[in-house]
Amino acid sequence: MTNFSYVILIPLIPLTVFLVTGLLGMKWKPLVSGVIGTVGLGISFFLSLFAAYQYFFATASAGGYHTIIPVNMLWLSFTSTLQIHMGVLLDPISVMMLVVVTTISFMAHIYSLGYMKGEKGFQRYYAFLSLFTFSMLGVVLSTNIFQMYIFWELVGASSFLLIGFYYDKPSAVAAAKKAFIVTRFADLGFLIGILILSFYTGTFDFSKLMQPGTSLFAGITGVSFLGISGITWAMTLIFMGAAGKSAMFPLHIWLPDAMEGPTPVSALIHAATMVVAGVFLVARMFPIYHFHAPDVLIFIGYVGGFTSLFAAIIAMTQFDIKRVLAYSTLSQIGYMMVALGVSGYGGEAGLGYTAGMFHLFTHAMFKALLFLGAGSIIHTVHSNLMKDMGSLRKYMPITHITFLAASLAISGIPPFAGFFSKDEILTAAFHANKLLFYVEYITAGITSFYIFRLYFNIFWGKDTNYEHKPHESPLNMVIPMIFLALGATFGGFIPFHDLVTSNMKPFADKLNILVSLPSVAIGLVGIAAAWILYKKENDLSDRIAKSLGVLYISTFHKFYIDELYLFVTKKIIFNGIARPIAWFDSKIVDGFMIGIGTVTMKISYKIKGLQSGELQQYAFVFIAGTIILALFLLYTLGFH
Amino acid sequence: MNFLNLFVAVPVLTIIGILFTKDLKGARLVSAVGMGIQLALAVFLVFFYFSIRGAGNLHEMILTADYHWYPSLNIHYFIGVDGIAVAMIALTAIVIFAGVFASWQMEFLSREFFISLILLATGVFGFFISLDLFTMFLFYELAVIPMYLLIGIWGSGPKEASAMKLTLMLMGGSALLLVGILGIYFNSAPNGGAYTFNILQIAKVHIPIAAQRFFFPLTFVGFGVLGALFPLHTWSPSGHASAPTAVSMLHAGVLMKLGAYGCFRVAIFLMPEAATQMAWIFIILTSISVVYGALGAIMQKDLKFINAYSSVSHVGLILFALLMMNKIAMDGAILQMISHGLMTALFFALIGMIYGRTHTRDIREMGGLMKVIPFLAVMYMVAGFASLGLPGFSGFVAEMTIFVGAFQHSDLFHRVASVVVVSSIVITAVYILRVVGIILLGPVKNKAHLELKDASWHEKLSTATLLVAIVGIGVLPLWLSDTIMGSLHPIMERLVAYLH
Repeated sequence: MTNFSYVILIPLIPLTVFLVTGLLGMKWKPLVSGVIGTVGLGISFFLSLFAAYQYFFATASAGGYHTIIPVNMLWLSFTSTLQIHMGVLLDPISVMMLVVVTTISFMAHIYSLGYMKGEKGFQRYYAFLSLFTFSMLGVVLSTNIFQMYIFWELVGASSFLLIGFYYDKPSAVAAAKKAFIVTRFADLGFLIGILILSFYTGTFDFSKLMQPGTSLFAGITGVSFLGISGITWAMTLIFMGAAGKSAMFPLHIWLPDAMEGPTPVSALIHAATMVVAGVFLVARMFPIYHFHAPDVLIFIGYVGGFTSLFAAIIAMTQFDIKRVLAYSTLSQIGYMMVALGVSGYGGEAGLGYTAGMFHLFTHAMFKALLFLGAGSIIHTVHSNLMKDMGSLRKYMPITHITFLAASLAISGIPPFAGFFSKDEILTAAFHANKLLFYVEYITAGITSFYIFRLYFNIFWGKDTNYEHKPHESPLNMVIPMIFLALGATFGGFIPFHDLVTSNMKPFADKLNILVSLPSVAIGLVGIAAAWILYKKENDLSDRIAKSLGVLYISTFHKFYIDELYLFVTKKIIFNGIARPIAWFDSKIVDGFMIGIGTVTMKISYKIKGLQSGELQQYAFVFIAGTIILALFLLYTLGFH
Repeated sequence: MNFLNLFVAVPVLTIIGILFTKDLKGARLVSAVGMGIQLALAVFLVFFYFSIRGAGNLHEMILTADYHWYPSLNIHYFIGVDGIAVAMIALTAIVIFAGVFASWQMEFLSREFFISLILLATGVFGFFISLDLFTMFLFYELAVIPMYLLIGIWGSGPKEASAMKLTLMLMGGSALLLVGILGIYFNSAPNGGAYTFNILQIAKVHIPIAAQRFFFPLTFVGFGVLGALFPLHTWSPSGHASAPTAVSMLHAGVLMKLGAYGCFRVAIFLMPEAATQMAWIFIILTSISVVYGALGAIMQKDLKFINAYSSVSHVGLILFALLMMNKIAMDGAILQMISHGLMTALFFALIGMIYGRTHTRDIREMGGLMKVIPFLAVMYMVAGFASLGLPGFSGFVAEMTIFVGAFQHSDLFHRVASVVVVSSIVITAVYILRVVGIILLGPVKNKAHLELKDASWHEKLSTATLLVAIVGIGVLPLWLSDTIMGSLHPIMERLVAYLH
């Protein structure tokens, strides 16, 4: 057996970097923090690759892969079984995520050396990046659900810090707050789900919960509340946490705003890693969902399906290139959720599971690349808006080519990576749920349309009169893009069905021509439509938008979901609950206390006359009192 | 000579020392040295406790000593500590130490200020080492009374009114408490023999249930007033707002825990049967405290009001956890006492430091402080994260322990109450981030603030001391949690008999 305990170093290196640069970084030259962070993450990256090689190829046996827990330390103990450990769990999905997170993070680190150069707070930026990477790796490697929750929260906090990186910009602060509070609300569900699940099963450990045929779930399936069984409640609530982090409808509202953060952050956190944490969570708990809460799994599939279509439609109408990509991210994560939702367990039935993880992997590559490309453009054009761009292919050849590769990948054109993973998802849906299949099929067409709308608007179309002539980005930004472009182009050839499967045993996967041909076709249709509308400057798109009227306007306003949230928080919670409570507390509750004081004073003022100092009055009262007392005593003691 | 006595003796000697000083410099130096020694003693006590437990001493209380004090009523000066008391003593020592450094620039009547402050601390230390109800009550009063002077003289805003309200409400609580304690005393020998105030002896007898039913609520509410039990919490916002920095720190950090500790050590421990029967009433009240306090904090404009309401919520959580009557939740309650003590002390210290610079606590008049006073701003943000229960800080450990404990009850009533209470984690995030967003982030609102100076060395020392403790517990909670769990055995044994 190979010893994997060195894997603990992969998260510990970024943690150390965070502590060192966070505490001492301010005293150094900015670049020092950047270099330390990048080198540290480079080490983590290579260790991850090595671990993946060892895990997938050196320890493989005929029976598939096994869960390995090289490190597990007791952190907090409630009872002899209910204990929180801090440890490292290796199985196919965690090892894959290890590679994804460190790869994208390493690329973002290198890229930021160029992109963030000269920014105020450069050291702080690198410290936060390290903190994020540490937390995300913690989520991935968790051995138990509580450890996962702990790092889950840390991920949320580091996301808050990075979205709000430009903290003197009110919109960035608002976006950071929104992201934190929305995901925190979702995590409330996650936490309650964990508490219910752990109460009945008596453990937090994944390895115990996932044991096939375990009797741990006997208690929780037996109870029910409002006619729904305990396990369904627990797993739905846990999914609420996943939906918050992965920005599933209706908890998606924070993600587009999160684009206020620096672009490499959007690439790393809000496209490739953190937002897929929810998908990872569902995949991590997949056996529980499949065996004990299949209804929830179906629900997850529908949530994913709706989100993917909904977000793709909005993406067609946005003009901020980062927002288009943000909605695209929502849509693609929806695909992954659909994949998990339609999946069975074991062998070919588990195709959805494999497809979801596969898409997570390829999406990380091409979406991070799209964002880095967008960053490269924003870096030189100094605007996020499409109208400020055009014909950039002439000035930025490498950005252009890599962006095109990523666009083809997301559109599902073979042989780019997205083709293979999306095709697997569609195949899985085709066999399991026809409705979801058609939804995802149409979404695929919309996807290629909005991404090529973006592509043509940026790189073709009118030649804007640029104030400064745009130029290709420096080498430290271009190299990560080229690296990811290789991933987006060739990543599809990785045989995921041999490596990452629902029951950790490989199965044979074959291309389903019935699904893949039409899916390529609709992708091409989308591209063609974008070509007609946007390749050359024309007013066709405006005319179409106008003819759609209300439909277009409500889509452009993202179906007014944000306004709805604002109404609920501002009008109902703030002004309808919090303000009245503040008033009630100071006027009624405290008023009552003060009232007691006032009444006491008034009474004492009234009876103060008794202490008059007149002896005759005292004597009268004294004698009268004595007589009454005597009569009372006589009455009670003797005469009845 | 039992060395626990030093915890009372050192503050008293410090006070005497201050009497011989002339001005602020002397007074603060003597106070710092005295409280530094106290902190060292507390650290020593912690290690001593571990070594003695490690050596296999399983007595309920260690370092016990018994001195006759007023024999005719069987009043003793009876002291001793278990793991919980040790933890509370350490908390107090840290907070008063930080408090002295937070008051480094107290120019007005400085000697008198430090004397009152340390007198207050004396009462708190005495309270935590006492195992005799009467002595405990005496120390309790000793802690409450200097508060009136500290707020009334060194406070700000409507200080006299706030001081009066606070003192009267706490005295009202004390009145209930006194009746409760006397009730326990006169029922401490149901099988004949001499009445006693000795907690350990009373814990061996069963107070008649009729008496318990009468005296448990009195004791619980009496202590509960100090723990800001809804609806008797209204002294807290105005009291904290008017109090000088170190007093807010000590009051929210430690004194409010006296209330919770009393509920635990006296009300529940000595009258377990009534406690289990009547818990539901107080579960409702404390659940309200938790959510109501948090919601009340959302729309406040004064930094101290926000923190005062936040304390109502967080201390409500302590009382709530005690009433869950199981080992995990009680462990969480004690953890939360310590955690909240440290966090809120840090908060009030920072608010005081910010106020000292901007001369306002109105959040609408501040903005972008991160740019001008980065150290204090970062500290404030970290304190905020700790307060909203981010992992890595003590608050997370305490809250999660409480929640896991609360969910050990599967009946509908407890479930609903628990879910209501858990939901406070979202509301907390809202009011914390609101403040952070308004005062620390964004553009600098007041041009005059551009001239502000960042923290001085004593301010850094004060806040760093607290933060180290918060992070220490947050990262490595096991030792503290196990210590507390180990000391919960006696109370759990008594409760188990009456549960279900």
